[in-house]
Amino acid sequence: MTTSHLPAHHYLNDGYGIRSWLLTRDHKRIALLYLAGVTFFFFIGGAFAVLMRLELATPAGDLVSDETYNKLFTMHGVIMVFFFLIPAIPAVLGNFLIPIMVGARDLAFPKVNLASWYIYMLGGLFTLYALFSGGVDTGWTFYTPFSTVSSTTNVIPTALGIFITGFSSILTGLNFIVTIHRMRAPGLTWSRLPLFLWSMYATSLINVLGTPVLAITLLLIAAERAFHFGFFDPALGGDPVLFQHLFWFYSHPAVYVMVLPAMGVVSELVAAGCRKPVFGYTFVAIASLSIAILGFLVWGHHMFVAGESVYAALIFSILSYLVAIPSAIKVFNWTATMYRGAVSWETPMLYAYGFIGLFTIGGLTGLFLAAVGLNVHVTDTYFIIAHFHYIMVGGTIMAYLGGLHFWWPKISGRLYNEWLARLSAGIIFAGFNLTFFPQFVLGYLGMPRRYHAYPPEFQVLNVLSSAGASILGIGYLIPIAYLMWSLRYGRAASANPWGAVGLEWSTTSPPPTENFAETPTVTWKPYDYEHAVSAPEGHVA
Amino acid sequence: MWVFLATEVLFFGGMFLTYSIYRHAYPSAFIAASREMIVWAGTINTAVLITSSLTVVLAVHAAAAGQRRALLLFLMITILLGFVFLGIKGYEYWTEFGEHHFPGRSFQFDARYAPQAEIFFSLYFMMTGLHAVHMIIGIGIMAVMFWLSWRGTITREYSSPIEISGLYWHFVDIVWIFLFPLLYLVGRHVH
Repeated sequence: MTTSHLPAHHYLNDGYGIRSWLLTRDHKRIALLYLAGVTFFFFIGGAFAVLMRLELATPAGDLVSDETYNKLFTMHGVIMVFFFLIPAIPAVLGNFLIPIMVGARDLAFPKVNLASWYIYMLGGLFTLYALFSGGVDTGWTFYTPFSTVSSTTNVIPTALGIFITGFSSILTGLNFIVTIHRMRAPGLTWSRLPLFLWSMYATSLINVLGTPVLAITLLLIAAERAFHFGFFDPALGGDPVLFQHLFWFYSHPAVYVMVLPAMGVVSELVAAGCRKPVFGYTFVAIASLSIAILGFLVWGHHMFVAGESVYAALIFSILSYLVAIPSAIKVFNWTATMYRGAVSWETPMLYAYGFIGLFTIGGLTGLFLAAVGLNVHVTDTYFIIAHFHYIMVGGTIMAYLGGLHFWWPKISGRLYNEWLARLSAGIIFAGFNLTFFPQFVLGYLGMPRRYHAYPPEFQVLNVLSSAGASILGIGYLIPIAYLMWSLRYGRAASANPWGAVGLEWSTTSPPPTENFAETPTVTWKPYDYEHAVSAPEGHVA
Repeated sequence: MWVFLATEVLFFGGMFLTYSIYRHAYPSAFIAASREMIVWAGTINTAVLITSSLTVVLAVHAAAAGQRRALLLFLMITILLGFVFLGIKGYEYWTEFGEHHFPGRSFQFDARYAPQAEIFFSLYFMMTGLHAVHMIIGIGIMAVMFWLSWRGTITREYSSPIEISGLYWHFVDIVWIFLFPLLYLVGRHVH
């Protein structure tokens, strides 16, 4: 590789003071602020998981008390879901890439973008305060009537923290939708959008339409605790199952908020890693939107055992099966893209392989759960835990790390150590499977979730899982080290180190504050590798 | 702004859903409780809000036409009408508190309907309370618009802030147009 130099002016050296970061309106700097935020919350949430796995290494409840354990899994869930998984890819990679991918200078509302970071941090600190001043023990799902009548922990502050953070999701979603609609470069028609943008668009729709329902639900919970309103309290004529309906109306689509951006990232990684256009571009794009729409129609499958009518369960079961169609379209199209492609074994692609494999396992076990009969058998067991960790950790985090490695040269202008990166990708993959595959078996054998003690015959599988968790933890720490190292000592990256196509590779690494010297005009199809392989930089008209 | 309003529809939608379910479950208690509403206050407030929507439209028109004095006048009237609404709403809350209709330990109602009527009043306070919060935000937005127009930032060429704020104001009005019949009028025609 030829030796490259960092460009003289880029967004990272455009001002160094603390004010130039905390008051910035540059979407790229805000993305880095988010990166710091979500990484912080990821390791806090991870620490709770470590404590849980330590407790579960032995059958007896000896390390922590049952009440502490309840708080641990609640805090793990709340932080990981609301403060890491939901914002991770949209707020970090989406923020950085969306304006560049549409060929714009910034998002449509830069000030709103900065405000949403502050709202996110405020909500996060609120929740952290609630967690450390006594914690909360309702599970991340806040099921009534326990959360409103029985629990004596900090439910209201936690709910308000999530409520506040919800505004951040809504504002970010709104910003993305308007940007993709209004700020595309000349010639960048909808059918020329990178698939990452399609998936971010679908995600934003869910955020804008789903988050307010969660907001009102949490507000009802808070009001019920504070003023003894009786919406969900059977003693006052309320219906606790109504809470579950309202909660899952947001929280099931929220699963797609977590995984749709991941799918968008993987589409980009696969195309660049195979040097081919994504097979069936239109289908993959439409699949993103149909997942977003179907996602709003399946919430009832969380409630098969909660007193739902047989007919409702049947309908929700069928609708849940339908989600498999667009998901499978994507998986098949990615594999079809690889077929006869120049398949690479570089780090981003390793994560993409990991994603496709683990997402497939997670998705197929999701079909088990969509079947009412089998669902009743494994409800509230470790089978559920394993299933959604395969989607969220195996899917979302794999794609997030893959995307971070893929775009790291663009973000930082530096190259990381490729061998360490491949090594840690391998460690994460192995550690992940060792952690969560035994949990499928545990759940199938009947081990219930959310207990701090269990019968001795489950110990072998639990020890395997705890051992896997420690490997996984190490796997997550290594990238922190070499990515930080690369910031200072890494070799300078060229504008397009992967030889990939896409507007983001046509500007310098790192990009200038205004992204492009002049607004690009797009005259080519997405993923136009046949024409662009040799000289991607010369591709901008 | 339209996208944001879609968000708001879903936000209030959660409460309208809750309302419909419990109204369906406890029709007679909801009718009995609805009779306790102060209909004249609600009616006046409806008229006040509809009038304020008119003044907002006139303000948008004045802004587009570049008529600064008319713009300032209509914005001022809108803000005043907003305060009138909140004043009447406050009077209603005060009365309901006095009659022990606020849910909780001191709640009192006809024993036949008591717990279900408590849900009605929970919904009443929740829905109108959040609506009032939106009104307060709306008044704040209109005050900022007034200040911008005063300073001369708003011109014939740059009047979209007025139009966008107007959209928000209309939305908050429309929510009330739904709340009023659901909470005040629903039991009236049954004898």
